[in-house]
Amino acid sequence: MAVGKPVKRIDAIAKVTGRAEYTQDLLKPGTLVARYYRSTIAHGRVKTIDVKKALNLKGVEAIFTFDDVPENKFATAGHPFSVDPEHKDVEDRLLLTRDIRFMGDEIAIVVAKDNIIADQALKMIKVSYQEYEPLISPLKILDKKARQIHEGSSNIVGEHEFAFGKNVDEEFKKADHVIKGKFETAMVQHCHIENHISYAYMDDIDRIIIVSSTQIPHIVRRIVGQALSIQLSRVRVIKPFIGGGFGNKQDVILEPMVAFLTLKLDGKPVQINLSREECMLGTRNRHPFFVKVKTGVMNDGTMTAREMDVISITGAYASHGHAIASAGGSKQSSLYPRMATRFHARTLYANIPVAGAMRAYGSPQIIYALECATEDAARKIGIDSVEFRLKNIARQGDMNLLSGKEILSCGMAECLIKGKEFMDWDNKKKEYEKYKKGPVRRGLGVACLSYASGTYPVCVEIAGTRIALNQDGTVHVQVGATEIGQGSDTIVAQMVAETLSLPYEDVRVVQAQDTDVSPFDTGAYASRQAYVVSNAVLRAANELKTKILNHACLMTGKGKKALDIKKGNIIDVNTDNVVMDMKTLSMDSFYHKERGCQLTAEVSFKTTANAPVFGCTFVDITVDIPLFKIKINEIINVHDAGVIINPVQAGGQVHGGVFMGIGAALSEEVLIDPDSGYVYNNNLLDYKFPTFMDIPQIHHDFVETFEPTSGYGNKSLGEPPVITPPPAIRNAVLDATGVCINSLPMSPRNLFVLFQKNGLIGSIRS
Amino acid sequence: MTIKGFRQITFSINSKERTLVIDMRQSLLEVLREELGLKSVKEGCGVGECGACSVLVDDVLVDSCIYLAIWADGRKIRTVEGEARNGKLSMVQQAYVDEGAVQCGFCTPGFIMATTSFKEKCHGKKVSHDEIRKAHAGNLCRCTGYQNILKAVEKSIES
Repeated sequence: MAVGKPVKRIDAIAKVTGRAEYTQDLLKPGTLVARYYRSTIAHGRVKTIDVKKALNLKGVEAIFTFDDVPENKFATAGHPFSVDPEHKDVEDRLLLTRDIRFMGDEIAIVVAKDNIIADQALKMIKVSYQEYEPLISPLKILDKKARQIHEGSSNIVGEHEFAFGKNVDEEFKKADHVIKGKFETAMVQHCHIENHISYAYMDDIDRIIIVSSTQIPHIVRRIVGQALSIQLSRVRVIKPFIGGGFGNKQDVILEPMVAFLTLKLDGKPVQINLSREECMLGTRNRHPFFVKVKTGVMNDGTMTAREMDVISITGAYASHGHAIASAGGSKQSSLYPRMATRFHARTLYANIPVAGAMRAYGSPQIIYALECATEDAARKIGIDSVEFRLKNIARQGDMNLLSGKEILSCGMAECLIKGKEFMDWDNKKKEYEKYKKGPVRRGLGVACLSYASGTYPVCVEIAGTRIALNQDGTVHVQVGATEIGQGSDTIVAQMVAETLSLPYEDVRVVQAQDTDVSPFDTGAYASRQAYVVSNAVLRAANELKTKILNHACLMTGKGKKALDIKKGNIIDVNTDNVVMDMKTLSMDSFYHKERGCQLTAEVSFKTTANAPVFGCTFVDITVDIPLFKIKINEIINVHDAGVIINPVQAGGQVHGGVFMGIGAALSEEVLIDPDSGYVYNNNLLDYKFPTFMDIPQIHHDFVETFEPTSGYGNKSLGEPPVITPPPAIRNAVLDATGVCINSLPMSPRNLFVLFQKNGLIGSIRS
Repeated sequence: MTIKGFRQITFSINSKERTLVIDMRQSLLEVLREELGLKSVKEGCGVGECGACSVLVDDVLVDSCIYLAIWADGRKIRTVEGEARNGKLSMVQQAYVDEGAVQCGFCTPGFIMATTSFKEKCHGKKVSHDEIRKAHAGNLCRCTGYQNILKAVEKSIES
């Protein structure tokens, strides 16, 4: 039995020995280097471009500008194709652009024999601009006279509204109190340690091979085909090991360009390997949100009405665009399902770097606002923060009124109770009463979350699994689900071992995805993989098990019901005796001259459910007011992710999420000049993501439920842990100081302004 | 024959002596990856911020991306390729596997070299969490929140 066991991850040894091969490790000898010429202004149009001198530099292979690329615009978001035109992603990208929409926009590309030559050539390119006023604040962007960043778009990428439950306006009228709040979140960056890298070459007159650090190989193949108007059978995408993605590689960023370049250069291998500075400027980020929340609450602590109005900034190009605000907004219906709720959101273009998918896809912004507002409501009524939430959160059997589906498994309350016990909440609450004055104060905070296990019914949820029995009784497994470091290959191996009753060590999951051979799956995003792939794995493993037992019947003459597999052997179910080992069976199936065949199973399966998951953060902090510093004394995340397939890996996902959440809460923001659109900190020195020194011990726990719509009872876990640390920390700062910090990050700069405004420190005279 | 801009260097790499003629502008990272095929040495930033390219130079932890290859002349270089011997992982590598300290793995070789140098400096002495944190503060990881890495370091110091 492998499910539920802390087995060692399948690729750990390859990684600790440095033998795991990433995209850059696989480059062909002589691969050319391509580097973008990026705009130095945020908004404008190229008047003239002169590349003559650069082209004459020895070692330069070619230079292409916006004049040389195909004119068909394409969407880059890593979504499954939508057959419904209403749900199609916004197609607003060209390979290179004459119209400048953010500082760093891609105007031209140099191909050279190495980086040094490419950089020298870039310096020789002369560009003159027609400059326009950068549009950065929502006020300016929405001004009726504002220039259209994309012609014909009115600067609004998407807008929608929904309501569920009773009449929202009437519930507000009936409420004992109505509490209002305004919240802002910063643009933050994924900062995977491996930057974006892709290379392409041709292995036939018309066949393009792309090797890329991507979360979505099959989607890359489709979008490259669309961008270059070529048949999908002419494109092959290979994904080797990848050094982190967090959503930034759920976008098609470099692949169409490397494919274009190799096509133009007669199949020569060409790579784009972004520098850290380019990666932080020119790929994707998390959308900054501006959220207004109104909450109606009764004196007994029941929240009855909620209204949210959201502005989301997608930056220069749509990428995932309005899907972020839309997905973020939809998750609240499974957290507080019994409130009358209305949600309205708009997504705007702006002359800042592009926002796309990032871990938890809109929920960190929405749940931050929601859980700050919930805290404010609890405090207004004077009910303990945990008690207040227990009164209002989802319970098993509640209807999710937005999806119209019953919540079949829900451990939200148990998560809160476990977290509260761990934190010794009631005692600490009393003890900390004495730390509410003076320069150093202490406080406790809590925040809840719900999230989904995929994208259905907005998108298709399809997964493929192929399992083949090897001659020696071990199995090879291929999945389209993409291992990006989160450990999905290990989980798949555990599931296969479980159903086939094989030792975990006998299951080999093919690591690299290759669109020529891997089963179809849309890739790693939405925390979908373990959930969606489980349904395909279970079916494929059961199919192979049936074939194995059928062959055992052929060999032994016994009936089907008389045999089973146990610990890698065929056993007689009546006596529990070993009939034969798997190798004997497999050798016979391969090499007996008359009976049998290679035993394989392949299943492609669509999951038509989407299980909600739940969780919470509890945090104990010290606020040093004169230092504007928040110190985390203790933090725990508790999650209901259904059955935990691998407790060590699951713990690792929670640690990583909480860490990223702490970064977003306290220090991380892409600093953009509000007038010029200049990005100040696109490097790992000035962009402050936490180092080993900045992160406290992170505790975690699980409430295990069984989700009936999943192959092994499991639900999503990859993204949710990142969601609640920021609101929990904000609520703890409120508990400690009485000050609402309603914008992220709660950096010393932000705290200084708000502590001064609230009289916690004297005004500083200039 | 000497070529302008090139120099011959001799150094020990994972206990084997090698002599190379290199472009004087090349970083140690470039020479290790491109001339010697030691692909465990990863580039995450190229300017000494992330530590993914950490190697040991005379047993001192160094960001090989900002260390000129010519400085390695006459020195002893260690990368993660030299740590597993005869099919057996080093104690540090084994601890990273056992404690679940590996996720995407891109920072892992650099971290393992940081831990290896730290372990050798500790000589079996007991160390505090703060000392572990400080000794690894130059290596960034975006996946693990450093939690299981801390456990792995503790375990490898004890072993």
